[in-house]
Amino acid sequence: MSDAGTLRHEDYATAGKRELLTFRLGEEEYGIDILKVQEIRRYESVTRIANAPDFVKGVINMRGTIVPILDLRIKFRFPEVVYDDFTVVVILNVDGRVIGVVVDAVSDVIALGADEIRDAPEFGAQLDTDYLEGLASVGERMLIIVDIEALVRAPELGLVDADTAA
Amino acid sequence: MATILAVDDSASLRQMVAFTLKEAGHDVIEAADGVAGLEAAKGKAADLVISDINMPNMDGITLVRELRGLPDYKFTPILLLTTESSDEKKQEGKAAGATGWLVKPFDPEKLMATIKRVLG
Amino acid sequence: MTIDISQFVQAFLDESFEGLDLMEVELLREEALDREQVDAIFRAAHSIKGSAGTFGFAAVSEFTHGAETLLDEVRDGTREMTVEIRGLMLEAVDRIREMLVAARDGGEHDPARVAETAERIEAMLASAHGRVGAADAAPAAPLDAPPAEATPASGGETTPGEAEAASPGNDGAWEILFEPAPTLLASGNDPLRIFAWLAELGELGVHCETAALPALAALDPEQCRLRWRLTLEGAVAENDIREAFEWVEDQCTLTLTRTASAPAATPDTGTRTAVEDKVATGEAASRSTPAGPAAPTVPTPATPSPATGGRPVGANGAPVERRADAASIRVATEKVDTLVNMVGELVITQAMINTIGHSAEELDARAVDQLRHGLALLERNTRELQEAVLSVRMLPINFVFSRFPRVVRDLSATLGKKVNLKIIGEETELDKGLIEKLVDPLTHIVRNAIDHGIESPERRRAAGKPEAGTLVLRAGHQGGNIVIEISDDGGGLNRERILEKARAQGMAVPEQPSDRDVWQLIFAPGFSTAETVTDVSGRGVGMDVVRRNIEAVNGRLDIESTPGEGTRLTVRLPLTLAILDGMSVRVGEEVYILPLTAILESLQPTPEQLHTISGRGRVVRLRGDYIPLVPLHDLFDVPATYQRPEDGIVVVVESAEDRAALFVDELIAQHQVVIKSLETNYRKVPGVSGATIMGDGRVAMILDVDSLTRLHGTVH
Repeated sequence: MSDAGTLRHEDYATAGKRELLTFRLGEEEYGIDILKVQEIRRYESVTRIANAPDFVKGVINMRGTIVPILDLRIKFRFPEVVYDDFTVVVILNVDGRVIGVVVDAVSDVIALGADEIRDAPEFGAQLDTDYLEGLASVGERMLIIVDIEALVRAPELGLVDADTAA
Repeated sequence: MATILAVDDSASLRQMVAFTLKEAGHDVIEAADGVAGLEAAKGKAADLVISDINMPNMDGITLVRELRGLPDYKFTPILLLTTESSDEKKQEGKAAGATGWLVKPFDPEKLMATIKRVLG
Repeated sequence: MTIDISQFVQAFLDESFEGLDLMEVELLREEALDREQVDAIFRAAHSIKGSAGTFGFAAVSEFTHGAETLLDEVRDGTREMTVEIRGLMLEAVDRIREMLVAARDGGEHDPARVAETAERIEAMLASAHGRVGAADAAPAAPLDAPPAEATPASGGETTPGEAEAASPGNDGAWEILFEPAPTLLASGNDPLRIFAWLAELGELGVHCETAALPALAALDPEQCRLRWRLTLEGAVAENDIREAFEWVEDQCTLTLTRTASAPAATPDTGTRTAVEDKVATGEAASRSTPAGPAAPTVPTPATPSPATGGRPVGANGAPVERRADAASIRVATEKVDTLVNMVGELVITQAMINTIGHSAEELDARAVDQLRHGLALLERNTRELQEAVLSVRMLPINFVFSRFPRVVRDLSATLGKKVNLKIIGEETELDKGLIEKLVDPLTHIVRNAIDHGIESPERRRAAGKPEAGTLVLRAGHQGGNIVIEISDDGGGLNRERILEKARAQGMAVPEQPSDRDVWQLIFAPGFSTAETVTDVSGRGVGMDVVRRNIEAVNGRLDIESTPGEGTRLTVRLPLTLAILDGMSVRVGEEVYILPLTAILESLQPTPEQLHTISGRGRVVRLRGDYIPLVPLHDLFDVPATYQRPEDGIVVVVESAEDRAALFVDELIAQHQVVIKSLETNYRKVPGVSGATIMGDGRVAMILDVDSLTRLHGTVH
């Protein structure tokens, strides 16, 4: 994972700036590659999936496609998980899989150069460092950049079915 | 630009012929056997017919004979696809009223060269 | 213009495999082949040969040539379709298939095997085997001569020797006398096109002679009464000129004369010059006729009259009736899937509007009426469209059945058994996806029936049965299902031996088991009853795998057997993979769909019907049977409206292993639902086979009764 991370940093250096969608989870601000974002939706009620882990809220119908909705705040044990008018679902397309991620609020789209992204320290964020690409300072704020592909592929998320993959 | 009727039960060959002709700017009508070819020919007068010989339902030679009986097709060039030096088939085709033939295997270049003989 | 022909290779492979399948089916017919059938076999081989060369599979084309030649001899009546020739042609089909599979998968075929079969075909062609009539003893010469043997006399081909004779660099000239037959135009040929072709070879001079032109009143414009005298200057080979006239050589008199220097294209006295594209230089120089001794003429060899030159019978093909040759198109599966999905969406939309229409109280009565009328129309149109679109995915089950004559033939020969195969209902249509998934299980069942079911001829004789066993494959519709039966008239299943074996393997065997219980044991993993483990079906892959495969496509497998009379396996399948007839049930806030095929009945139990049996949990007593009670809200951990079964409803469902009484809050309605995969974006969920979208746009889970009962088993 860390190898892939370093390689990416070089890619950004040549490609110039990249755009990130920033959003809030609890008190922290995160950024994900805007190219992975398919759309942003209001949080709507979901259909529960029996015996699924608690952070898998359920599934929704998105124009005929069944899309699972994950709440990372639950997964990463954020102290407060609220669903209010600002709660939105970011629909991501990762490796051809469409999934929705519940976030507290979407803030902005920002462009960052490679030199503005630092390696993530071993601690400091609620998310495991395995899924972090790096940190960036945006004005006063600290932005945590998420490696969304690594997160989706992570076995602990249980999105990739070991049974069917075998 | 001409309207060309391509008749062949082999989808792959028919597609190749049709694709090549369309690339060259022609209108192509496709049919999968003689019966369908005859129907298509009645529907729209083609400037050229290219037909396989061995086909189910109605073979190419019968198709030629039928086409020659239609007022619109009295003088229309009709080319038959034959294999190798099957002279008997060529002569049979000629007797039925075919204009000429194209020997399989052929490639798009050969097809276009042959078309040129009848369409200019 | 460059065309990449590799884009057509897939279509070539598809149609070639279809052609090979067809050849196999026809060649395996038990009865003698009629003309149509032989024609169909020939045509398939011919088509593969022709296309293979075009798409760059020269080896396939070359190999198929031999088979085609032999088939052509059968077709024109020179040879009989003997058992040996059929066998050899089947072998050829195998070789071609191997070569094409290798080409498709980028693998390799065995050239030695191909060469061996090719030799056998050559030997057959050279032999008198099956020859009809007096030519019996004489070795057969191939009728369709390979290209190298093409006779130069035909004028069509340019052999290297002839090309040399034209000695390029010799700046001579040709004089060409071209006298077309009056019927030339009726062949679609046009003299001017030929001249245009010649003009590309060298400097062309054209003189038209109109002497034969009748008076205007008698003129038939459809007849060609002109003749032409042409000059062609430059280094032009005779064959190149003949090639230009190739298509009309039987419709004209063509005289080619070589002149040392540019000759005059001289109009004969008294002719009018009607067409003169280009006047040759030095025309005044000579009046001599070109046919002088110094310039030998080369007359065109007479071509045999086409009417008598053709092959005698049938080859000039009268229209032939072919059954089951319905016009078809090839459509990429993804495109069809897209259509199916779109129609699924439409169904959902319609249901959505329907919900509004039925609940709209505040609209005025007239508007509501109109809305309802529109909805009824929409519903009908949608359903019809859906049926039509789904049917695009349907294929006749013959796509699977057609392989079995071969399987039966080969296997019964190996085992020394005699088996007659009967196929019924092969036109029954099934979803393409289902058909593909049926091939392996059905093959396994058929092999089992021959291996274990049908007895050896000696045993059959001893049992007073005909020596040849009968294996029947039957497909048809039954209710909303496709039913496929595989039945044999063999020895039937041996109850005692199955029980013995099950006990020996330490399997749980019920007390005083019913026949049904015993037959179910066959489906246990690793079970095999053959006395001797044969090469054929005794190798590990058991009926358990077969059953799993069938259940994986929402199918059911049943078995019936009578000792001494035979065994019948019945496969029941949904009509399609995409649509399910379901019953929606409510548990608290949640709605689930149960497949109708799994539901036996539903009832509101009385307190007297509910019991608790230690070790088995709660059960419902129904006509003497105790059926385990499965509260869905427990299984799925959701809050329910009712906690006591007698307040809600129990739905009795049947899984492959067992029955279960599902306790739900209420039944809502029956629906046809479009099955959506959960696995596309998520993963497999225990107890759930998929999801669907309800009329209100919400997602509902479709329950998988088999895994549901297993799930319940693990909970308790």
